[in-house]
Order: sequence, then structure tokens, then C-alpha cells
Amino acid sequence: MAGFATKRLGKELSKINSNSLPPGIELVSADNFEEWFLDIRVLDNNPLYLNEIYRLKFRFSAQYPIEPPEVTFVKLADRPIPIHPHIYSNGIICLDLLGQQGWSPVQNVESVCMSLQSMLTGNSRNERPAGDEEFVRANRLRPKDIDFYYDDNNV
Amino acid sequence: MDTDDEFMSTVSSEDDMLPDDSDNDISGDDDFGFDDEPDPDLGIQQDIGQNKRAPYDVSFRVYEPQDIQQQQDVLIDEVNMILNISKEESAILLRHFRWNKERLLEQYMDHREKALEAAGLSQTTSAPPKLEVIPGFCCDICCEDEEGLQSFALKCGHRFCVDCYRHYLGQKIREEGEAARIQCPAEGCNIIIDARSLDLLVTAELTERYHKLLNRTYVEDKETLKWCPAPDCQNAIECGIKKKDLTRIVPTVACSCSHRFCFGCILNDHQPAPCELVKKWLKKCADDSETANWISANTKECPKCNSTIEKNGGCNHMTCRKCKHEFCWMCMGLWSEHGTSWYNCNRFEEKSGTDARDAQAKSRVSLERYLHYYNRYANHEQSARLDKDLFAKTEKKMVQLQKESGMSWIEVQYLSAASMALQTCRQTLMWTYAFAFYLARNNLTTIFEDNQKDLELAVESLSEMFEKPVTELADSRLKVDIMDKTSYCNKRRIILLDDTARNLSEGKWIFNVEFSNPTPISGPSSRK
Repeated sequence: MAGFATKRLGKELSKINSNSLPPGIELVSADNFEEWFLDIRVLDNNPLYLNEIYRLKFRFSAQYPIEPPEVTFVKLADRPIPIHPHIYSNGIICLDLLGQQGWSPVQNVESVCMSLQSMLTGNSRNERPAGDEEFVRANRLRPKDIDFYYDDNNV
Repeated sequence: MDTDDEFMSTVSSEDDMLPDDSDNDISGDDDFGFDDEPDPDLGIQQDIGQNKRAPYDVSFRVYEPQDIQQQQDVLIDEVNMILNISKEESAILLRHFRWNKERLLEQYMDHREKALEAAGLSQTTSAPPKLEVIPGFCCDICCEDEEGLQSFALKCGHRFCVDCYRHYLGQKIREEGEAARIQCPAEGCNIIIDARSLDLLVTAELTERYHKLLNRTYVEDKETLKWCPAPDCQNAIECGIKKKDLTRIVPTVACSCSHRFCFGCILNDHQPAPCELVKKWLKKCADDSETANWISANTKECPKCNSTIEKNGGCNHMTCRKCKHEFCWMCMGLWSEHGTSWYNCNRFEEKSGTDARDAQAKSRVSLERYLHYYNRYANHEQSARLDKDLFAKTEKKMVQLQKESGMSWIEVQYLSAASMALQTCRQTLMWTYAFAFYLARNNLTTIFEDNQKDLELAVESLSEMFEKPVTELADSRLKVDIMDKTSYCNKRRIILLDDTARNLSEGKWIFNVEFSNPTPISGPSSRK
């Protein structure tokens, strides 16, 4: 079983190394097949995200890519958490394609990064999700165990 | 012991020995042919119309796993023949339309493409699913591209290698418990995998689980079907009672595994109390009962805002944490009237004190009222449990009795009948107390309480007889007494249920709480 995820991630990695990633997406580290870090930035002039780079953490289970990876933003000195109505201030992302229902095993690290990139590009609302403070304070669940309601398809 | 002879006949007929519901399961009329849209008014109106059925009875059917399978097969065959599409596709369509064949056919005839697409089927073809080796194929999931890789695609043409498909299906079926709506793994593709393709791809063990899950969705999809909640029971029950009927009837059904439950809320039989009162009652009990006794003994309420206060030490000068009202713990009067005689209340006569105590007494009365009903409810619940333990011992008793008295097996069956009667009657009695708690005081309630009293007396005296040692049970006079009492208990129970159910269906009860969805009724308003 474990070989399954490893095999696929190995192929993704060699593809990234040979073809390089699309503009605005960079691989920071992929030292093992459990946790990868990537940086993304938006390509247009959206004032909300202009001149900022954001750090993404991918965690893969042995069931990857059948199961979605766990993807969150990470806060560092020079890597803030982007402001977005679907991104909590602790970096947890509410995006249907990262949930069991919306995920497809055809997706990969690159396509997830691109989706997040376009999720930021398409946003003009300078706000956090409703109940952000409460959620950030109280949540002890892993992102995959949270029941998100994907109620808003416009952002 | 003395029995209330005035109620007794000397002989009781056999059919009185059992609770009256045992003949329900496959009761005559064929209202529920599964291929018919159930009559929307089924249940109440018809029940009242048919004099044969008691007002507390509903008609229902018990289905065993093979019946459930067969029902699906019959429907699938019909759609398969009418529409000339494969069985697997018929099944997917039926599931999508929640097994409503008429609606399926209508939609299919009117908007074929749309119906197919919504159900997750593409244009139908009759070619059977097969594994293929395609030269130059690279799997999008594992990125494998070696020669001779076996691959599979649904009708949408999204092709993946067999290994990935197996992983995918295993995850869906085993981990996520999905069956009816497993989609093609490709992103955004909502073509649904059919049973035949699945059989081709996964192990027999997984296929079995898949079909189990499918059966489950069949029962869950149909409003008229529910699983029997008894542990390890695999039967489903069909009953036409709708949610909106639940304020007027308590649809108790009995599975062939002998478990009796309410079709409306799946809880154990709770006749005569309707589901909504049961819900309120259980919530109240969960909130209140454990602590209510303690509260009653150890606390007082703030005379102004009625917050419950425990005095856990200190002086008599109380300041309510909620409303800041200051009062004296002893006399409940205003603290400001205490002047300088602080910490030593001798002001029993003052008006503010008596007023406060009156108000307090009132709120205590409501608590005591609740405890009155709760204690009786809890008592029957516990006794029913004890009687159940006794039932286990009954069999032993019966064997012993056969040995000692030379009675035959059939001759000692009266003990088992008595035990059954005790349990059913206690179950009913228990809920009569929850029911009564919500009843407003009027003549109907008085009649109800008389019925309740009669049943309770009979049950307690039967319970006493039932506990006698085997040596005494062998006495043929006691045997006749027990048989008579059993029959009497069952009769009293039916009278009580009959009366409550009839008034419920006619909307005659007046409750001291509001129902969330009051049904239009002809009688007086359902609120005080």
C-alpha cells in the first residue's frame, strides 16, 4: 500500500524536476514522500496579494492519490497567510477539491497549487471566513476531518 | 393471595393470552405493493375507515434481506424491459429516482438525455465492460506507462490502470461506505460505476460489501421502508405512515425478530405517547432527572428571576449572581427590609417574605409535578427490565414445573404468556406517565387516568403472582388466576391504547405544550 503513494509521488517529483513548474509555483522542499513544501504567488496585480509569497504544506497519506493530500498555508516571518473568505487565519483551506467528495485521484500537487493560485487571483474580498476567530481557537481536528460546507461557489 | 375476582372470568381463551399485535405483520390488505406509489393518505384515513383495525394499529410488513433484494430485482427487471437498457443502468436510474418507477419512466420518456445525465449515465451502449491493454497508455493516477498494463474505462472513456481502479474502489467502498454513487475517478466526471463493471474490478469480498451497501441505500432511500433497529436484525419494515401523520397516530410496528418499535422515530414502542411528546419527554429527562431531586432538596430559587441557587456556606445575605437581587436565604424576603438585624433572620411575618415563598412554592410544585410523573415512568422502565430478567428465568421455571408437576410443555405456556404481557403492559404504562405529564386537566384526562390506574393495578398484581416459587405455581388454582390476570392485563392495555389512539386521531387531547406542526383538526384547539 505504502508503495502506491511513493511510486506516484516519485513520478510527480521527477516530472517537476525535468519540466519545472508553471510560473508562480516553486518547489521548496520534497525530502520525503510524506511532507512537501511549495511557494506560490499570484501572477496578476490583485492588490490583496501583490508582492507576497505564500508557503504551502502538503501532507500525503499512504492512500494518496486516492485520498486527497492535506494542504494548508504555513505562516513564517516572510510568508503570511493570504487573506481570503475561504482561508482561515491558521492556514486551513476550505476548498471542495481538497475534500473527499471533490477530490479526484487525477489531481496532483501541481494542479492543486494552480487551483489555489487561481482561487487567490479570483478573489476581491478582503476578509476571513465567518467565525474565523472561533474556529482558529477551538479547532483541534485535522483538515480532512472537518465538515466544511461548500456553500459559496462565487469566490 | 387475593385477586380482584370481580374482573375475572374463570376461563380465558387462547388468543387473549398474547398482546394483540402479533397478527399484524402480513395483515391482509395489499396496500403496499412495492411497485405502486403508496397512497398518500394511507394510514390514518383508511385505518379509521376500516372498522376491523384498532385505532392504535397501523398496517405494516416485515421484509427479510432476500425480500429486499427481490423487490429491487423486480423493479430493475421492469425498467430493464420497458426501457430496453441494461440491468445495471436500470439500477442506477432507479437509485437516482429513489426507486420511484413512475417518475423515472415519465422523466425518461420526456427528457431522456437529461435523466440519464442526472443519474450519472452517459449514452447507453450494450457492450459489456472489459479490461483492455492499450498500447502507449499512461495511467493518469499512478503515471505508470509500462507495456501490457491492463486498464479500464467507463463509458465516459476516462481510462485508468486496473491497480488504481482497485485502490480507488476499495477506498470508496471500504473507507467511505459509498456504493450507489461512486463516480469515475476523473476530475469532474460524474459517470457512476455500475455493478457489472465493479464485479470485473474488485475482489469478491468487496463486491459483497458493495451489494450490502446498495441494499442499505435502497431501504434508506424509500420513505416507506425502515430497518429494524434491533441488534443483528437484518429485516426492514414497510409502513405507509408519513411524518405529518405522527401527531395523530403512534405507529408501533413489530419485526419478526419480536422487536417492537415506533416507525416514526425508531425508538422502542412508546404507545400511547406520540413521537413529539416522547422527544420532549426524553429531552426533559436527560436535562432534568438526575439533578432534579438534588435541586429540590438543596436549592431555592431567586425570588426575582427564579434562578436556582445553592447556598454553599456563608451568611443569609444572598445576592443573585444573575439579577443582583438581594434577599434573605431564610425568609426569602428583601434584604433591605432586614435593617440592622443582619445575619439573624427572625422576620417570618413580613409580606415580602411570604410573597416570595409563595412564588417559590409554585415553582416547586411544577418540579414536584414533573418528579411525580418521572418517578412512575422510571419505575416502570426499571420493572420492565427486571421482568425481562425474569423472563430469562421463566423458561427454567417452565422446565422445572414440567418436571415437578407432570404438566406438558403446552400446559406451562401460560407462564411465558404472562411474562410477555407484563413486559408489554409495563412498556405502555411507562409511556402513559410521559403522556400524562403533557396532558391538560379535563374529563378526558380523568378517564385516561382511570384506565391507567386499572392497568397498573392489574399489572402489579400479575407481577406479584408471577414471582411466586415453583411449588406454588404448580397449584392449578394459581395457574387459572395467572391466566385470567394475563388476559385481563392485555385487555386493559388494549382499552387504554384504543381510547388514547382514538382521541389522538380525532385531535381531542389537549396538551400543555405546543406541537411543532399542529395538524388541522376538527376538535378543540390542541393548545391550552
